[in-house]
Amino acid sequence: MSEEKQVIIQMKGIRKSFYIGQPHELEILHGIGLSVRKGEFVSIVGASGSGKSTLMNIIGALDRPTSGEYILDGVDISKAGDGELSGIRNRKIGFVFQTFNLIPRTSALKNVELPMLYSGTSKSLRTARAKELLEIVEMGERMSHQPSELSGGQKQRVAIARAMANDPAIILADEPTGALDSETGRLVMDLFHKLHREQGKTIVLITHNQELALETERILTLRDGNFISDEKGGQV
Amino acid sequence: MDFIENIRLAVTGLLSNKMRALLTMLGIIIGIAAVITIVTLGDAITSTVSSTMEEMGGKNITVLLEEKNPEVVLPGMSQTLGVSMGFDIMGNMAESDLISDEMIGQLWDRYGDEIQALSMIEQVGNGKAQDGRAYSNLSVSGVNEDYEKSESLTLLEGRFINDRDIDRAVNVAVISDKTAEAIFGQADKALAQEIKVHMDTEIQTYTVVGIYEYEELVMPMTTQVAEEDVRTAFYIPLSTARKQTGAPDGCKSFTLMAKQNIQPSELADKVENFFDVYYRDNVNYRCSAASMDTIIEQMDDIMGTVSVAIAVIAGISLLVGGIGVMNIMLVSITERTREIGTRKALGATNGNIRIQFVVEAVIICLIGGIIGIILGILCGVFGSSVLGYPAFPGIGIILIAVTFSMLIGVFFGYYPANKAARMDPIEALRYE
Ligand SMILES: Nc1ncnc2c1ncn2[C@@H]1O[C@H](COP(=O)(O)OP(=O)(O)OP(=O)(O)O)[C@@H](O)[C@H]1O
Ligand SMILES: [Mg+2]
Repeated sequence: MSEEKQVIIQMKGIRKSFYIGQPHELEILHGIGLSVRKGEFVSIVGASGSGKSTLMNIIGALDRPTSGEYILDGVDISKAGDGELSGIRNRKIGFVFQTFNLIPRTSALKNVELPMLYSGTSKSLRTARAKELLEIVEMGERMSHQPSELSGGQKQRVAIARAMANDPAIILADEPTGALDSETGRLVMDLFHKLHREQGKTIVLITHNQELALETERILTLRDGNFISDEKGGQV
Repeated sequence: MDFIENIRLAVTGLLSNKMRALLTMLGIIIGIAAVITIVTLGDAITSTVSSTMEEMGGKNITVLLEEKNPEVVLPGMSQTLGVSMGFDIMGNMAESDLISDEMIGQLWDRYGDEIQALSMIEQVGNGKAQDGRAYSNLSVSGVNEDYEKSESLTLLEGRFINDRDIDRAVNVAVISDKTAEAIFGQADKALAQEIKVHMDTEIQTYTVVGIYEYEELVMPMTTQVAEEDVRTAFYIPLSTARKQTGAPDGCKSFTLMAKQNIQPSELADKVENFFDVYYRDNVNYRCSAASMDTIIEQMDDIMGTVSVAIAVIAGISLLVGGIGVMNIMLVSITERTREIGTRKALGATNGNIRIQFVVEAVIICLIGGIIGIILGILCGVFGSSVLGYPAFPGIGIILIAVTFSMLIGVFFGYYPANKAARMDPIEALRYE
């Protein structure tokens, strides 16, 4: 991994706490430092409740840290307003969820078009791009299907195509294979490898599956709101 | 984000749950339908009544004696209307209270150049002309010469009652073509013939001097009688009538017809002021003069009051409908919390989410409004034909209904939409 490569995620002393009733304030992240370079494929592992999703929300500009500094692709997230965060999520981040979160009663094609709709892409361009992406995830045959007519693995492939819609800098996937059997999980994982390899996408993957984590370039282990290790992964 | 996309989204959403959408719209549908129906019926009634009144004499002024302290006053309607429609609601009055011939003579002297005609009528009662098996129902009235002009009667044969008849109080009559045909077989054969009229207690014989064309009054909601039983007016000289009834000289009311270039309501005011001099000291009665256009104005006033009442009722039902829409929008937003979270994660701004749900509420109300309009048109057209004067709602009220239902959508959709817009994306995504 080349040292010259541009840093895309830069976190310093990120803390996150939640208010749970008046006197208590529950701190989940205790000063996380993290730096991810462009084109890296990183996995985050850790026990349930260790704060992986909380951290992912902050990386994805869905949430602001209680304190600390976070610069995403040159933008200071800790100081951005709501509207600015929407724009960042729209153009710089592609989310892939454990539960797919496709919009119901809306065709695969329309689902993939959605981020482009919010970014103001013209109708013809977004349809063309959505079709191209669905071809890449091998869902070209099922473009007009609604989510209720798709299997879990197919849904996740559509969701990945949707995450790619605005050609984001980073793809964030929170347990994308968690709801799939190992075989379909394998297919989804292969898709991430393909995007990483062929399109040079930066990917941050949260997983409970040690084997899948080992396939990534870098494995970060979270325990009780702190990184306890940052190791180089197996071969890609 | 595209507007069309929002509309498409809203419509697919509604189609996926048709029953719920319909129930949600029900308040709006009923409200709008009620407004359109009632406005259509109201229009039909007003225009028919106005044109009937116009037919009865738009230039006419009714002058009549009124009690100074009436016990019952119909709201918004003076006794004028009742009398002009042929009901005598005055009680017994002394001869000294009546409008005397001298007063009328002086009125002529003063305002003669503004008056086209001054007609008087004295009801004698109902009677029946009979000749063998042939008969004709009559309503016998004593009239003066001007009566012909003020009622715009069309004379087919002969002449009308004139001043000489009145001076001599002779038994001559002007009869309708209906009566003439019934008794003499043919209208033109009746002239100069004698006709016997059976009244309650006596039989009078008249010489027919004229025949007028009977015109059916288009009066709403009158009971239909058989063709041959129709009661037509039978005119005799005023003096002859008074002789028969024993009524004193002078009258309780008469009708003035203003000249072409004279404003009837202005002349009515002058006439009222003129008679005020005579009746200032009378404890029981005063003289009022009202033109048909005042009556039409009063009619419009009543319709105006009715319209306000309708507007209030419609407003309440639309308010209830709007609250229904708001309620269902809140339910829908809760159900779609995850979707809202997902959209926000994909980059939707608060504004994008807000507009999506406002559009959805507007579409619900608009569809409801359109169904309501169609229903209202059907009810209005059907109802007005049943009442006897088919009418179609104006384009104006339809446009107002469309605009108004959309405004309801914006108004009642805004709160739920704003609630959706301000959801925290993470909490929305975690929502089970
Ligand atoms: N909004 C919140 N309010 C209070 N506590 C919260 C909130 N969100 C998360 N937590 C707490 O923060 C901790 C970390 O949660 P998080 O979802 O980040 O865990 P995780 O590592 O993703 O776990 P899993 O592997 O099970 O998904 C948990 O103890 C959770 O209860
Ligand atoms: Mg998690």
